[in-house]
Amino acid sequence: MSAITGSAWIFGDNIDTDLIISGVYMKLTPEEMTQHCLEAVAPDFAKNVRAGDIIVAGANFGMGSSREQAPQLLKMLGVGAVLASSFARIFYRNALNLGLPALILPEAGEIDPGDRISVDAAAGKIVNGKNGKSYNCEPIPDHLMAMIADGGLMAHLKKKIDAGDL
Amino acid sequence: MGQTLVEKIINAKAIGRSSVGNPAKPGEIVTCTVDLAMFHDSSGPRRVAPRLEALGAKVWDPTRVVVVTDHFVPAVDIAAANILKLTRDWVRDNKIAHFYDMEGICHVVLAENGHLTPGLFAAGGDSHSTTGGAFGCYMAGYGATEMTGIMVTGEIWVKVPETIRVTWSGKFGTGVAAKDIMLHLCAELGMDNSFKVVEYDGDTVTDMDMSERMVLTNMAAELGAETGIIAADATTVAAIKTAGGTPPEDALEWRSDTDATYVAEHKFDAAVLGPMVAAPHAPANTKPVGAFEDIAVDQCYIGACTGAKYGDLKMAAEVLDGRSVAKSTRLLVAPASTKATAQAAADGTLAILTKAGAIMMPTGCGACPGMGAGILAENEVCISSTNRNFQGRMGPASSEVYLASPYSVAAAAVTGRITDPRTFLT
Repeated sequence: MSAITGSAWIFGDNIDTDLIISGVYMKLTPEEMTQHCLEAVAPDFAKNVRAGDIIVAGANFGMGSSREQAPQLLKMLGVGAVLASSFARIFYRNALNLGLPALILPEAGEIDPGDRISVDAAAGKIVNGKNGKSYNCEPIPDHLMAMIADGGLMAHLKKKIDAGDL
Repeated sequence: MGQTLVEKIINAKAIGRSSVGNPAKPGEIVTCTVDLAMFHDSSGPRRVAPRLEALGAKVWDPTRVVVVTDHFVPAVDIAAANILKLTRDWVRDNKIAHFYDMEGICHVVLAENGHLTPGLFAAGGDSHSTTGGAFGCYMAGYGATEMTGIMVTGEIWVKVPETIRVTWSGKFGTGVAAKDIMLHLCAELGMDNSFKVVEYDGDTVTDMDMSERMVLTNMAAELGAETGIIAADATTVAAIKTAGGTPPEDALEWRSDTDATYVAEHKFDAAVLGPMVAAPHAPANTKPVGAFEDIAVDQCYIGACTGAKYGDLKMAAEVLDGRSVAKSTRLLVAPASTKATAQAAADGTLAILTKAGAIMMPTGCGACPGMGAGILAENEVCISSTNRNFQGRMGPASSEVYLASPYSVAAAAVTGRITDPRTFLT
């Protein structure tokens, strides 16, 4: 996987799944749902986020529901990766399963809104273009990197089925 | 070295590992075989079916799958009706062995029908699947793609979690319940206990019935934990038998070793705990009920897997017996299952609630996840026996939800303001 570069969107601690996408929108189509993504905390996010932009957050990003629409909609909006000082467990699993890199970055607080951030998910390396500062993230476990390299859990399963392993 | 209950279950189910031979330790990643997989109308067939079709795969073992409709029931519009129809059709076409259609909320229905037994490794397509741990099994929540993976392989990866031990001793005072314990713990332990399990013990816990124990494991989700768990005892075994389930012969042997290693141990005294309330917009914003007594509420909600089981309805009735809902507010009651409704109808509990002015709502997840009836208007305030008060969950971003026990929700219904339920109890 090559590096992804985009602008940083900064969020605080405990960004929950209802903030990412509220349950009241669960009957809309995914395309419609994207327009409500993070609206309560960042009303301009859905409109202004660009392909490759990076979400940088504090602790426990994605706490709450198992709803997979949370990482799915971020990915549909073009978010290239999510960096957080820690992740809620289901969001972390869901994001990686969908092929959205989620990297644990204890120094997330050093990044400012709009900083140009490059993320090399496979290497766990992050560079802030503003000041050239680089960070080494906790690596994503090997068995999950293999899945991400295949394009997520669905593509990974398909590959195994086609190979006769399942 | 000893093992915790969760380590024992994971090692029993981990491929290539065992508790006695080569146990996996906390932090190691293993693949476990899944004994039971549960999902509902929101996370289930509507999201899993197209993925299985794309893979050309079939359900690995329909006898191990439980499907429950609870999020979009009863259908209030065509979109919800279509989701429910898709769910029913998929269950029929895939010969799923266990289907509960509009019989209650999935976590409660699993317990009521004897599906959960000590030592089981279960996966649920819902974050409150942690509830199952009250029966001494390992049950955690996963997203729809991962549940699809389980449907294909019958397996899931687990990073063996560390265990936090939480011990509660002493008897509850009047008007205090398991919900107050959990609101207190959300503040004490925080909501970021990812990849850890919370194991509850102590005489306060063993004195509880299964309905109250399920509140402890249910809200392990709000602690951000992998799951919650309580070792089985005679109460657990009796409840499984009553529900028509079959407890394993070694049910009581599924417990942590006395020399097991915990990442943290916390001890609390239930006798000094009072009614607790969590302010918007997080379950960790908890203070004693007295801190909020001037707050007027537009809606009082008794609902969800956390706070609308039969025992919860009884708590509300204790407060509301001979009293009325204040004109300035409204009380909505959405029982957690049809069995809970029937039991409350049979012994007069429902009569107390309805005589007080409660509005009875359909069984299901209802307003809790913002999908069913009982949604809030702009700037409205609600006190709720549910588990989450995240901004925008039960209504618009300007609405506010306070979390409390069924006692405290009922007390607020009587006065129209957040009220210490002990005012009405002796």
